[in-house]
Amino acid sequence: MLTAEDKNLIHQFWEKVSGHQEDFGSEVLERMFMTYPQTKTYFPHFNLQHGSDQIRSHGKKVLNALGNAVKSLDNLSQALSELSNLHAYNLRVDPSHFALQLLGQCFHVVLASHLGKDYSPEVHAAFDKFLSAVAATLAEKYR
Amino acid sequence: MVHWSAEEKQLIATVWGKVNVEECGAEALARLLIVYPWTQRFFDNFGNLSSPTAIIGNPKVRAHGKKVLTSFGEAVKNLENLKATYAKLSELHCEKLHVDPENFRLLGDILIIVLAAHFTKDFTPACQATWQKLVGVVAHALAYKYH
Repeated sequence: MLTAEDKNLIHQFWEKVSGHQEDFGSEVLERMFMTYPQTKTYFPHFNLQHGSDQIRSHGKKVLNALGNAVKSLDNLSQALSELSNLHAYNLRVDPSHFALQLLGQCFHVVLASHLGKDYSPEVHAAFDKFLSAVAATLAEKYR
Repeated sequence: MVHWSAEEKQLIATVWGKVNVEECGAEALARLLIVYPWTQRFFDNFGNLSSPTAIIGNPKVRAHGKKVLTSFGEAVKNLENLKATYAKLSELHCEKLHVDPENFRLLGDILIIVLAAHFTKDFTPACQATWQKLVGVVAHALAYKYH
């Protein structure tokens, strides 16, 4: 459960992501495809080479969606409702070892590698709780 | 048996060569206890774990973190033989400590994040991929003797 302090930290640190959605987003995806090759199975239609337009644009899209979630921490279900439908009925990304957890890990690594020691345990914990809540919301309608 | 390319071995050795085992170990264990507070269940005798500050400053956490990461160093030295290297520790974690192997995966992921925060942009995607593979096989080796 996100505490008031968690929400503050998330808002505060999301400022550092703003303006870098495309860079951070594409780095998250690139790390995910390299570290967890099984995630590439959801993108057979993409050019997955380093720096591809598709990765940049999709990375930006993913981070923008997370940014919307950050603005609606008190109502993730509603804010993510359409994306939840999309993941459940169209994309059907495997929810059990949810690829989203793998994306989440890469998101932490991108933030940590850019923020260094500013990515304190408290910030890390707050974002981990946030990403888990997002993943759970996206998996809500699977069955 | 896990295969390691020359590049992977290089990435492992280079990163490990620059790791301060005491600092990184302490930080990784502290983050495990902070980010996943239910893991505190294994450390009832560690004293004050009531807040992130308490956990980070706790001398038993620091000492144990150092011990855990020192043991991880054995993996780096024995990449071709991880199951044998961790056989005894695996039995210990199963029979005496009763630790769910899922916790090895959690700690492994946390170690990666600690390395990323420490090495920042030098912790390249290739580095991450290699090290995630390493923490994964260590976790597997530690779970191997479970029964």
